[in-house]
Amino acid sequence: MRRSWPYLLLLPALLIVALVVLLPLVFSLYSSFTAYRLTRPDSITRFIGFANYVRLFQDMDFWWAFGRTILFLTIVLNAELSLGLGLALLLEQVTRGQRLLRTILMFPMMFSPILVGFQFKFMFNDNIGIVNYILQHGFGMQESVPWLVDGRLALFALAVAEIWNSTSVFAILLLAGLMSMPSDPIEAAKVDGCSAWQAFRHVTLPYLMPFVWIAMTIRSLEVGRAFDIVKIMTNGGPGGRTELIWTLMARTGYVDGRMGLANAMGYISIILSMAFTVHFFAKLSAARRHVY
Amino acid sequence: MRKNVRQALLWLCIFLAMGFICMPGLWVVLNAFRPNVAILGNENPLNFSSYTLDNFRNILGLGGIQPLPVLAYFRNSMIISMTSTVMALVVGLAGGYAFARFHFRGKNAMFVGLMLTRAIPGVALSLPIFIIWSWLGLLDTMPGVIMVYLAMNVPFTIWLLDGFLRQVPQELSQAARIDGCTAWQAFWKVEFPLARGGIAAAGIFAFLTSWNEFALASQLTRSPDTKTMPVALMDFTAQFTIDWAGMCAMAVLIIIPALLLTFLVQKHLIAGLTLGGVKG
Repeated sequence: MRRSWPYLLLLPALLIVALVVLLPLVFSLYSSFTAYRLTRPDSITRFIGFANYVRLFQDMDFWWAFGRTILFLTIVLNAELSLGLGLALLLEQVTRGQRLLRTILMFPMMFSPILVGFQFKFMFNDNIGIVNYILQHGFGMQESVPWLVDGRLALFALAVAEIWNSTSVFAILLLAGLMSMPSDPIEAAKVDGCSAWQAFRHVTLPYLMPFVWIAMTIRSLEVGRAFDIVKIMTNGGPGGRTELIWTLMARTGYVDGRMGLANAMGYISIILSMAFTVHFFAKLSAARRHVY
Repeated sequence: MRKNVRQALLWLCIFLAMGFICMPGLWVVLNAFRPNVAILGNENPLNFSSYTLDNFRNILGLGGIQPLPVLAYFRNSMIISMTSTVMALVVGLAGGYAFARFHFRGKNAMFVGLMLTRAIPGVALSLPIFIIWSWLGLLDTMPGVIMVYLAMNVPFTIWLLDGFLRQVPQELSQAARIDGCTAWQAFWKVEFPLARGGIAAAGIFAFLTSWNEFALASQLTRSPDTKTMPVALMDFTAQFTIDWAGMCAMAVLIIIPALLLTFLVQKHLIAGLTLGGVKG
């Protein structure tokens, strides 16, 4: 009896996950081998083997979206880490009013990504956006910058929105790490003649690494959130220049109705997301062994 | 003297950083009080004389303009988020307790497996769920959305509560058992109160996730009876234009509950993130 307790306790969780996650996954794996089209429900029985995958592998638009997604994630995660670390170090210096500052810091976390998308679409708008307003009235620029119309600027604008939304996660976690750090090692390093930078580099940073990787793991669990922001701000445009794997997938599935092909894409994106998570989780375990 | 300069610099940096953090949010809040004419005319946003409450009157149907069912959306969002949060806490507490207190076969594999389900992007799931839910007749129903959000929240809830329950010494509940409590009483009277902070943290995360979710809700909900607030934002966009004033007012309605709730439990939120995550 006692042996079955943990399984019984976990049963509801496993059931709901099986119904909402595993069943759809099995279905999408199956349908990625069919010519399933939303407009013709009977096409789900038309088994076509690996044709969808072969087609994706030959499709340059897909590979561009794939590469762009990885580039986007790399830029965004690194920027969030650096800015978050900076903010955490800054806030750690503060002795008074830190609670208030911490609360302000978490402000962007409460914004729904879709809201962030609209918000930044509004701010970067070339006619009525505040960014151009400030550039023109504050810095005397003559023309308005077409932030969301130019391909390169658009990807930059997307990154800014995503970074604004999620840097707090890093900042809060790293701040918690800094605050939980014992002060003796730093003082010992200072006594031994280390400079502030050396103490940071060789004492503080290694201690913070588990916190860095936990933040990365948490963020990698929700990188697909960027879909909301991209969909609202540019919807993959202009001319597919900001198309990420998720927007391409939604377009193929819901707009073109090619569910089979879209589910093949979905599978590739799931594997990509999991690879990020597993990678960061492995780093986390290694860093923990190093510190504790 | 040097110390004062350092302090001043520090506060300047903090002031600038906080300014950057707050500005995008404030911009939306300010525009919720500006008429569309002022927004589209690109008037000086600091000209406060044009500020009105008309946008809120309009979206709530008090201003004569044909109203959107905003109150219904708000109710839907509340029901969906609250229900899925409470259910996620119950299911997650049971699961977290199993992981924190028992050794059993396949424990690590199960834990990692549960967490990995969270790594699946919502868009990738929305396609197959859309089809299966349409077969099961769950499309455009509240239970359909609630179930999806429950499954999304359970793994993270388990993860956080596992971390918190492990902080509660096992000896306490064992002592209660010796004093004659049943296993359930020992949990309910001893461990549950001690893990309250963690439960609050897990709850706020689950609530925020459900409250803010868009990719799945936008496909699984259609009618005013189920549409949630984030999906309703799309009502303000037409093919080529966006009603920025109405959208900003709606945005404020979305943010307020999230802000209130987070500020109330922000202490637990930080503890939840760090305890649940780092003490592995």
